[in-house]
Amino acid sequence: MPKPKIAFYWCASCGGCEEAVVDLAEDILGVVEAVDIVFWPVAMDFKKKDVEAMPDQSIVATLLNGAIRTSEQEEMAHLLRRKSQFLIAYGACAQLGGIPSLANQFSREQLLRYVYEETPTMVNDAKTRPQSTFQNNGHTVTLPEFRNVVRALDQVVGVDYYIPGCPPTPKITKAAVGALLEGKLPPKGGVLAPDIALCDQCPRKATKPTNVSFTEFKRPHTTHLDPGKCFLTQSVVCMGPATRGGCEAVCTRGNMPCSGCFGPTSRVRDQGAKMLSSLCANVASKDEGGISGILSGIPDPVGTFYRYGLAKSLLRRKVDLPTDGDRAKS
Amino acid sequence: MPDPNWQPRIVAFFCNWCTYTAADLAGVSRLKYAPNVRVIRLMCSGRVDPQFILDALARGADGVLIGGCHIGDCHYVEGNLKTLRRFQMLKRLLHDLGIEDQRVRLEWISASEGERVKMVINEMVEQVRTLGPLNLPKRFADWDREMTSLEESIREKEREEAEVVHA
Repeated sequence: MPKPKIAFYWCASCGGCEEAVVDLAEDILGVVEAVDIVFWPVAMDFKKKDVEAMPDQSIVATLLNGAIRTSEQEEMAHLLRRKSQFLIAYGACAQLGGIPSLANQFSREQLLRYVYEETPTMVNDAKTRPQSTFQNNGHTVTLPEFRNVVRALDQVVGVDYYIPGCPPTPKITKAAVGALLEGKLPPKGGVLAPDIALCDQCPRKATKPTNVSFTEFKRPHTTHLDPGKCFLTQSVVCMGPATRGGCEAVCTRGNMPCSGCFGPTSRVRDQGAKMLSSLCANVASKDEGGISGILSGIPDPVGTFYRYGLAKSLLRRKVDLPTDGDRAKS
Repeated sequence: MPDPNWQPRIVAFFCNWCTYTAADLAGVSRLKYAPNVRVIRLMCSGRVDPQFILDALARGADGVLIGGCHIGDCHYVEGNLKTLRRFQMLKRLLHDLGIEDQRVRLEWISASEGERVKMVINEMVEQVRTLGPLNLPKRFADWDREMTSLEESIREKEREEAEVVHA
């Protein structure tokens, strides 16, 4: 029997998800033994035309990481969707938009101007910007379109499963690949990780009081963090209560609060709103001035509550930004 | 151009004990107020999950009004305080995401303040009317239009390939 075919692809991502696959360490040999990797641009030399030549649905599963920002990424998402039986959003960016989707707070014009003109390290007196087509010696050179909006994979094509995390841990990756090979997958549309909040797996759980009460908020780098106590009792924002477990609390074990990369559980639609709700309700003050004073300890609500999921939040993006990026409104 | 027939649509979450009773009082007192508000009765303003507010906006509301008991009068002692705290942060979040401040409003209205229900609703409807439609469902569709031409060209190519196979 031929081995099942698997593909990996990356879009708007940092490369950490590719690293996570390599982090399977010796276990990757078992995976390679069981499957046939037919496409993996970061590690193996296959081209787009090789994928185009494959029969439809001939790849059992494609694990795609990264958010979708350019026309090329859209095109590859459509192509891999067509060639795969299962398309799996691998990692926070493909699942929720990830850190790249924080760019949904700015217009395309603002981003391009900053990156190509205003960045302190940029020398670009001619204010040159990338063009989607360019003529040189009678040849036309093209670049993909840079879209106005950053999207999660399921905002572009249908997705069968999600593997969460920034990046997904080797353990949940292995469990997902195992479930796939044994045909023991849950109903379509599911997230392949436990459906319970991170606090449940956190070794500090016992120190979380029934009633948390905030008299201030501290940022992790401004305070000495007690390695044994719940971060919320230390006035530090920890996204654990609103975040899916499955990572085995790697961050809180490393004495850093959860920043929410596993996304919400299935019972929550908008992770940021839910965390905002839980956190702010427990502010100690009872008057407006006192409350706003305490809440000023969270200077960037969007970046705090939607760090990995602005694209999949209910509002998706700063709502008054233009759709056609070149008609500037900043 | 905004639609000339457009009317503001405001979703209101009123607590059972104070603001909803006040709205009832406004009704039995035959006070007239703008018909642009859809009232949803909850047991407490503290039940208003910030997700409800975002969801209302995302599904086409032009504004959201929350009404609860005055501070100190909450039937559940502290429910409205929780709302006040959440609301402060939510306002900052919405501001950062480009939603105008006047579209989301929190008011304390006791059961006897029927007149105030009328005043607040009329005032808010006028403010939202001045701001114009929020219409997020349409904005979402506008944002996604940038993907249409590529998607169509892919479908077109697939159709051509299918014809070649059949020929």
